[in-house]
Amino acid sequence: MKARYLNPRNLPVLVTLALFIIMFVLGSIAFRGFFSVQNFLNLFIDNAYLLILAVGMTFVIVSGGIDLSVGSMLALSTMVSSSLVQKSHLAPLIVIPVVLLMGTGLGLFMGYLIQTFNLPPFIITLAGLYLARGLCYVVSIDTIAISNNFWKAAANSQINLIGKNFVSPSALIALVVVLVGLYVSRFTKFGRIVYAIGGNEQSALLMGLPVASTKIAIYALSGFCSALAGIVFTFYTLSGYALNGKGMELDAIATVVIGGTLLTGGAGTILGTVLGVLVYGIIQVLIMFQGTLNSWWTRIVIGFLVFVFCLLQRLFESRKKAATAKSVLRQPAKVQAAR
Amino acid sequence: MSASTPILEMKKINKHFPGVKALSDVDFRLFKGEVHAIMGQNGAGKSTLVKVLTGVYRHDSGEMLLEGKPIKPDSPLAAQRLGISTVYQEINLCPNLSVAENISVGRQPMKLGRIDWKGLNRKAEDALKRLNVAIDVTQMLSSYPIAIQQMVAIVRVLDISSKILILDEPTSSLDETEVEQLFKVIRKLRDDGLAILFITHFLEQTYRISDRITILKNGEFVGEYKTETIPKLDLIAKMLGKELSEFSFAMVRDDRKKESAKAGKDAKNVLQVKELGLRGSIAPFNLDLNEGDVLGLAGLLGSGRTEMARLIFGIDGANQGEIQVRGKKTNINAPRSAMLAGMGFCSEDRKNEGIFSELTVRENIILALQGRKGTLRYLPKKKQLEIADELIKSLAIKTPSANNEAGQLSGGNQQKLMLARWLATNPIILILDEPTRGIDVGAKLEIMELILSLSRQGMGVIFISSEFEEVIRCSTRIAVLKDKVKIAELSGEEMSESNIMHTIAGGK
Amino acid sequence: MVRLRLLHRSKIVWPLVTLGILLLFNLFFIPNFFRIEIIEGHLFGNLIDIIKNAAPIMLLAIGLTLVIATHGIDISVGSVVAISAGVVAMLIGGDLKGNPKYPIAIAMAAALLVSTVAGMWNGMLVSRIGMQPIIATLILFVAGRGIAMVTTNAMVIWLYTKPFALLGQGYRLGLPFSIYIVAFLLVLTILFTRKTALGMFIEAVGINPTATRFAGINARNILFWCYAFSGFCAGVSGLIVCSTVMSADGNNAGNLFELDAILAVVLGGTSLAGGRFFLLGSMVGALIIQTLTTTIYAFNVPPEIAQVVKALVVYAVSLLQSDSFRSKVAGIFGRREVAT
Repeated sequence: MKARYLNPRNLPVLVTLALFIIMFVLGSIAFRGFFSVQNFLNLFIDNAYLLILAVGMTFVIVSGGIDLSVGSMLALSTMVSSSLVQKSHLAPLIVIPVVLLMGTGLGLFMGYLIQTFNLPPFIITLAGLYLARGLCYVVSIDTIAISNNFWKAAANSQINLIGKNFVSPSALIALVVVLVGLYVSRFTKFGRIVYAIGGNEQSALLMGLPVASTKIAIYALSGFCSALAGIVFTFYTLSGYALNGKGMELDAIATVVIGGTLLTGGAGTILGTVLGVLVYGIIQVLIMFQGTLNSWWTRIVIGFLVFVFCLLQRLFESRKKAATAKSVLRQPAKVQAAR
Repeated sequence: MSASTPILEMKKINKHFPGVKALSDVDFRLFKGEVHAIMGQNGAGKSTLVKVLTGVYRHDSGEMLLEGKPIKPDSPLAAQRLGISTVYQEINLCPNLSVAENISVGRQPMKLGRIDWKGLNRKAEDALKRLNVAIDVTQMLSSYPIAIQQMVAIVRVLDISSKILILDEPTSSLDETEVEQLFKVIRKLRDDGLAILFITHFLEQTYRISDRITILKNGEFVGEYKTETIPKLDLIAKMLGKELSEFSFAMVRDDRKKESAKAGKDAKNVLQVKELGLRGSIAPFNLDLNEGDVLGLAGLLGSGRTEMARLIFGIDGANQGEIQVRGKKTNINAPRSAMLAGMGFCSEDRKNEGIFSELTVRENIILALQGRKGTLRYLPKKKQLEIADELIKSLAIKTPSANNEAGQLSGGNQQKLMLARWLATNPIILILDEPTRGIDVGAKLEIMELILSLSRQGMGVIFISSEFEEVIRCSTRIAVLKDKVKIAELSGEEMSESNIMHTIAGGK
Repeated sequence: MVRLRLLHRSKIVWPLVTLGILLLFNLFFIPNFFRIEIIEGHLFGNLIDIIKNAAPIMLLAIGLTLVIATHGIDISVGSVVAISAGVVAMLIGGDLKGNPKYPIAIAMAAALLVSTVAGMWNGMLVSRIGMQPIIATLILFVAGRGIAMVTTNAMVIWLYTKPFALLGQGYRLGLPFSIYIVAFLLVLTILFTRKTALGMFIEAVGINPTATRFAGINARNILFWCYAFSGFCAGVSGLIVCSTVMSADGNNAGNLFELDAILAVVLGGTSLAGGRFFLLGSMVGALIIQTLTTTIYAFNVPPEIAQVVKALVVYAVSLLQSDSFRSKVAGIFGRREVAT
């Protein structure tokens, strides 16, 4: 069992973990007030939406696809929910399921096109990005501020943990999503088929796996996560704004990559993604604490980290290819029994 | 061993596609507890028949009876549900999942609504043990060699349904030990009562493993024979539809022996390789090639022949040794430098390393020549067509025109296309890696004839083939490789199959 | 000779038909759509507007066509546009009297240099390190915006140096100057790819990079220079963008450009899988996108809706170009099997 965790496959995730720890330690040394439990919990509070987006994105990328629409879908759900609450005066209990349904539906639509007509996910979700953002403006060009009580409560309430530390409902929602994601990826047939498709889609088909329905479901799942992330985002900003989420899909993809998921598909973990989000979050906090740096430096640092991780993945792949080639040629058919 | 009524009967199966009649009135039967091989050239209808059986195609007329009941599967999945399982050459499994998962994915044992990993692993271990394979089932599939992956594939399909097992070219990537291991498994499954359909190009293996052989030719049923009753020559003759005599091959061999005796005298040296090696790939070796030489590389799978070729041609970079072309030391660090020095190389993997399927035949042919001339000195279209047409004619490449896409050509013609590409550059050294693999007997003979004629014209050829007979037929000298080391060179009278095998085995 | 090759390939037909349909639609429903007036010696009209506004995307599409032909992609072009605009703006400076800090020519050259280097960075990642193109260019996409913002110090820089406005706003011989730039670069690229072996090599790399290398061609170099060229094109595009609005906004310049450019290339018939490419097709693709936008404006529909329409057009065209869709539609009229 222990050997499995130290498996070279897990190296990138361990690197991410190490990276996070190092950053946290450096920050604590450099800045007063950095080292606190609340600071750590704030990472979850401030990035709850990103965490939810990234969980959905993990499934998509593991299956070998990509979803560029998640940022715009997030924006769309902020617009629709704020519009329904403020302008149509519908109850939160109705608004939230409606928005979730809309996100899932749009994801389903894109997944259907991608799967049934064998269209490249890149293009279809790209168009989805346009579509969702355009629909935002159809709803309203201006910001819609939310004054609904339920929303205000969700935005401001603090759930107290040990001592004076607290988390927000958004963070808890994100945590639930993470746990569900972990379970699905490890213990459900659906989750394992996602990995199979990412490993070799053609084989998965020939093995009789329900590739078509699974692929469509993956995009629907991503759509759901985008919608949920949007709602959580409104808890954060108490408004709907069409320019929300600009570039967020890239953030989501970046955190998934930094978390050790291969962009080529077939390998990746929810846990790694969580670490990726934490690293993203802590870079922003570090820059904020530093005070003088332009906050755009976050973008540059994240870009650099993505570069490093992709480089690592690349070196990995080439070393593995050489090793497999040797083993195919050298090893005799009988291999020693385990245990 | 076999029951009196067949488990599978295909009667008077017809299948046609626009422009071609793939199967006409073909019969086929399969019994329980036997291994049945289907043999025939490319275009005989072998793969079409199997595709009809496995639901990829639907036959136009005739009937298929499984255990007496008529069936007409409309997809591979439907065929599988009926009990017809197939293991393909490309091991259609997921390399990133564990061995145990590959066996059960989609049908994993569940406990309390979640996947029961312990049960999954145990099931896999038990299933593999029944085939006498004991490995760590929690490791990723890709960490195991192809031979093991094949066992896993077999276990998976048998686990799902097990009336008929179809093995499509299962031995192409295996070495001798692995082939024997696979055959042990097949024999066990046969003795347990499974009906096995075995498709292969390898004549020898057919005789080793099959009980019955069905021969197809040009979409027609030629005959069904018990393996022990039909001699090899008859089989080939029936597949080709003509009388082949040992005579013509023997004649070739005699000529070769005479020529190799003559070649030593006044031949000019084209290639000299001194202590060329790459750690982890192949041990340092020496080679000498003269004009008109055909140096055959003989060895088992994995012995290092392709590695040798790749080093000489610069695909892999050597970390020691030197290459001399026409006596001049040449630095070969990329295929481009090899080409500029006058070499050509036809890879064994036509599809991924040779052919551009969406480019035209013409473009495929002149590409290397154009590469040699550089980006700026573009060959005018007219000249391109001239060169292409000439080579199409001299190599007898079957294509409607030079402007058809190369992907439409058959395997044998694609092989000739690769040859044409290099011949267009007028090389002094030509390296051919398995040029006769996976193509029909007629095309094989054509290519071997071509090699002989090139050598007569003074080209130096390095020829790799897994079929020792072919290597002997074409070569003036043979280098024997074993386990990534060049262990011997044979020439003249020494070149015989038994000598090669003895050399590899380590004695004389 | 180039024209014959165009007609021979049926792939160019679809984009032209699409554009034709759009223009016909406008002809019927929008009065005076095709009217061209001459004011102060310059041509004005909807058609002129379309070409002028499409210029930045057309420039991107030229470089991107080659990159996509190698079975690659470059999603960083939008960010490079922003970087280029930022560099030229910083070097010219926002002096209210219009005195440039550095000569305009130097500023432009510097911007082009930086953009080309950015392209070379992508090229190095893809060709030397062997990264997947979408991953490699993702890095510059994410970081590039940041670099652009840092270059301009997160401010919008306004320019008052009149001569620089020629690029994006000027006219020569009645036509917008930017058209000449596009035409020049387009003709140069077509000549260089079709009159030399470069076009064939690029297609070969896209279809089978390993076989290309084995055929003795330096596939790595070809990849590297395609990405470098894409960076260069983005640089030119950035100059025009900056000149058109006489300002550089690191955050918004080039926003969503990469998507438009990739769309243009795909609409023009070049497959994302690489291989055969169609430069003129990409130009038609860019015009289709711009015509769409202009049509929407002309109907007084809020410009943001343009995005929704663009998305739907993408879906429609993708379906039409998809073999799977076409055979399914054909399948309604009778099932047919094809030999595989």
